[in-house]
Amino acid sequence: MADVSLPTPAVVPAPAAVPLRQILPWAVFGALLAAVLLYFVGVEQGVLSVFAGETVHEFVHDGRHLLGFPCH
Amino acid sequence: MLSARSLLVRGMLVGLAAGAAAFLFASVFGEGPIGQAIGVEAAHAAGHSHGESGEHELVSRTVQSTLGLGTATLVYGVALGGLFALAFAVAYGRIGRFGARATAALVALGGFLTVAFVPSLKYPANPPATGNPDTLGQRTGMYFLMIVIAVAVGLLAVSFGRWLHPRLGGWNATILAAVGFVAVIAVVQTALPTISEVPDGFPALVLWDFRLASLGTQLVTWATLGLLFGALTERRLRVRTVLAAEPAASV
Repeated sequence: MADVSLPTPAVVPAPAAVPLRQILPWAVFGALLAAVLLYFVGVEQGVLSVFAGETVHEFVHDGRHLLGFPCH
Repeated sequence: MLSARSLLVRGMLVGLAAGAAAFLFASVFGEGPIGQAIGVEAAHAAGHSHGESGEHELVSRTVQSTLGLGTATLVYGVALGGLFALAFAVAYGRIGRFGARATAALVALGGFLTVAFVPSLKYPANPPATGNPDTLGQRTGMYFLMIVIAVAVGLLAVSFGRWLHPRLGGWNATILAAVGFVAVIAVVQTALPTISEVPDGFPALVLWDFRLASLGTQLVTWATLGLLFGALTERRLRVRTVLAAEPAASV
């Protein structure tokens, strides 16, 4: 580092990995959150229902079809 | 060093942008085929209502094609952005000497291929009026199973490639890993049951346009995620490198 004769790197230094131990709690949180969000866009009021009726299904209807989820 | 928390937050925000881009694309290219498919359904006067019947209109077609579609793509984008950021956090610094931009692009490419493209080869998106409600459970199960398998085989292919790398070099290791991925996926997709429910007489062009629009929506989502997330993370790292270098220079 102190050797001034070395050319200073113009770009970002070698990538330092994020420790898995640090990722884990955020991975659990993020995956749970994503699962809930994806469930309501992709599956709710199809095979499974948290809320009765068809309103959620009908509201996200076009998105559900276009994003490739199986739909009625 | 990057923090998992800020990566997750950035991923979800970039996901919002990806969802917005997906909404624009889907509005322009996807709504036409959906409208045509519903037209076919209405003409045959069969089954499921999409709010066009007027009798029990839960959500109007106007709301479905604007607010509903926008909500769906934004929520989908945020969820995918979060998962993408976590995958990036694990991949960064572990899949070779790729910087943040290249890592993000590679993770997005892998995500598009395993979550969207490969599953769509076996269980493609279907427009309204082409599915049988009785088989929805089976179709949903098969679709998610296909995604899980594709992601798992993709991860195996990456570690296979990493294992081959010291022996064969990067180029050949990548080709062999990709060939292995395609071979395993081909076997799996041949073995899984085929679902063929599109009714006779459904216009082929509408089906083609819809499926292309669906795949395009996925491509736009993943491309926005990968490129924007990579650019923002790279900039953040550069700023930090400059900040770290400055005090030393001023001494």
